[in-house]
Amino acid sequence: MSEEQKTGRRAFIAASVGAAGFVALAPGVKLMDLAQARAPGESVSGKVRWGMLIDTTKCATGCSDCVAACATENAIEPGSGRPAQSSQWIRKIELKEKTGGHRELSLPMMCQHCANPPCVDVCPTGASFKRADGIVLVDRHICIGCRYCMMACPYQARSFVHEPLHHQNPEVPRGQGCVEACTFCVQRIDRGQGPACVEACGKSGHEAMLFGDLNDPGGEIAKRISTVASSQVRADLRLDPGVRYQGI
Amino acid sequence: MAANIVYREIANKRTFWLLLALCGVFIAGGFWAHLTMEHHGHVITGMDNRIVWGLPHVFAVFLIVAASGALNVASTASVFGKSIYKPLAPLSGLLSVALLAGGLAVLVLDLGRSDRIIVAATRYNFKSIFAWNIFLYTGFFAIVGGYLWMMMERRMNAYAKPLGATAFIWRLVLTTGTGSIFGFLIAREAYQSAVMAPMFISFSLSYGTALYLLTLAAACAIDDRPLGDAVVRRLKNLLATFVAASLYFVAVFHLTNLYFTRNHGVENFILVDGGIFTALFWLGQVAIGSVLPLFLLLAPGVNRCRILLSCIAIVIGGFCQMYVTIIGGQAWPLDLFPGFAASSSFFDGEIHGYVPSLWETLLALGGVALAAAIVIVALKLLRFLPERMDDQTLDPSHSDARAQ
Repeated sequence: MSEEQKTGRRAFIAASVGAAGFVALAPGVKLMDLAQARAPGESVSGKVRWGMLIDTTKCATGCSDCVAACATENAIEPGSGRPAQSSQWIRKIELKEKTGGHRELSLPMMCQHCANPPCVDVCPTGASFKRADGIVLVDRHICIGCRYCMMACPYQARSFVHEPLHHQNPEVPRGQGCVEACTFCVQRIDRGQGPACVEACGKSGHEAMLFGDLNDPGGEIAKRISTVASSQVRADLRLDPGVRYQGI
Repeated sequence: MAANIVYREIANKRTFWLLLALCGVFIAGGFWAHLTMEHHGHVITGMDNRIVWGLPHVFAVFLIVAASGALNVASTASVFGKSIYKPLAPLSGLLSVALLAGGLAVLVLDLGRSDRIIVAATRYNFKSIFAWNIFLYTGFFAIVGGYLWMMMERRMNAYAKPLGATAFIWRLVLTTGTGSIFGFLIAREAYQSAVMAPMFISFSLSYGTALYLLTLAAACAIDDRPLGDAVVRRLKNLLATFVAASLYFVAVFHLTNLYFTRNHGVENFILVDGGIFTALFWLGQVAIGSVLPLFLLLAPGVNRCRILLSCIAIVIGGFCQMYVTIIGGQAWPLDLFPGFAASSSFFDGEIHGYVPSLWETLLALGGVALAAAIVIVALKLLRFLPERMDDQTLDPSHSDARAQ
């Protein structure tokens, strides 16, 4: 074998090893990249409590842009079964006062991300959990689909995935047989963005939804909550929801 | 006395195989339903995001609650020292274990991810009453299993009493846990009551004793084994007390709910205006499940036929009660905005309908069949029942007294 042939073979082996190494490590490097994309260099902090203020006086009857945006962001498609079997992470509720002037209201209802969430209390495996920043989530790897959390949620904010899923958003893993609910678009929050519903409400011109850190006294949401009258749905249960409503 | 009693396996092979085959058909049906639900998802069932627990849960909770009560006869023998029941105690333990196994099988096979049962067995959130129940159920199997061994192994008979007492306390805690599954649901007007736990205990005593008497009568009939009237008549007094206690707790539960104005809506729904739920409550739970058995058990001239009829009525009433409690409680909408009429794409403000599918029905019946099959196979393989259960054999002193 000539010296030239030997050099060629060495170069080939070196290139192969390099290529194999790249193929093996690149996805990991990419994953690490995504994992760190939350708040640069910072893990989820308990100092933050994400919350939402919904101004029902600005929320328009018939507008469902927030619902559509949620479905698009989280790849929620209508199921093939009965409507009550489809997932609804956010829904519009139309209200009409039973007495007086029969005042009409329209508002979005979703997981209220309670500070004391009953769904977390009743979950037998700990699949329902509250993140340090107050976001209530379901770990789809350990949810056994017992639906006790759905029985316990006072807001009927949770859905059970009744059938096989298609066309999922890779950032929002869902699974047949598991329970799910609004995540405040946690994947967007970790990228430094707000929930899709809030963005859509702003784009529609209604500006009825405000998202932010309830613990940040300088933040807009904390300022608004301290200056305008807002209420918690089922405040009697003392769950301290992260979603507040104005104008009810 | 007890030393002269001979225990025997079931001798009637033909009936044994026939019953086992019948159970096998229903068990296969239940398993088929589970596999179909696993493949297609719960979309093929009548359950949805509003009625999240359906017919399988009605049957499962009934079986689990009855399992605890089926231990009554064994407890009466071991804990309260009534020797007449001692020969009948092993069947009591067997039935309770079988009913619990049947109920749990339905619960587990209805899970959205029943393949993750190992997760439920290894990860616990101890704030969850469900997680406690996992320990209570497995503990029940272990304790009653040991109790059966102590009762059936002559050398170990001396230890039957302490283990029987443990089983007695354990099953009261177990039924408290089962009732608390509903009692802890603060958001639902139809539940959220501390009365749920003692009410479920009284249900369990009543359903379990009724199922025990029916099983005992059936087991005796298979082999033409004589069964004395005295023991059945004694149990009927116990049964009547349990039925009356259940009715009392049901009355207390609804009356306390009626005291709170905010609960008038849901009470009106269950008691007056709830269609199928109102009918099942008054006709099924109260008339057939409580008043009729009380009349059959307490009116003069009671005989074995009337006692067994009352047991059937109690079981029918029990299923009606579970349907009203579990499905009726979910059918009533949550009131998120008091003073407002609500409507939404997710059926806020609406009373929810429920029609169980074939799959749920097959799964539910499969659980009953599994419980029955366990009892039948155990009776065939092991010596659970005495050869003779006439009054003379079970309680010679009682028979002598009557003869004099």
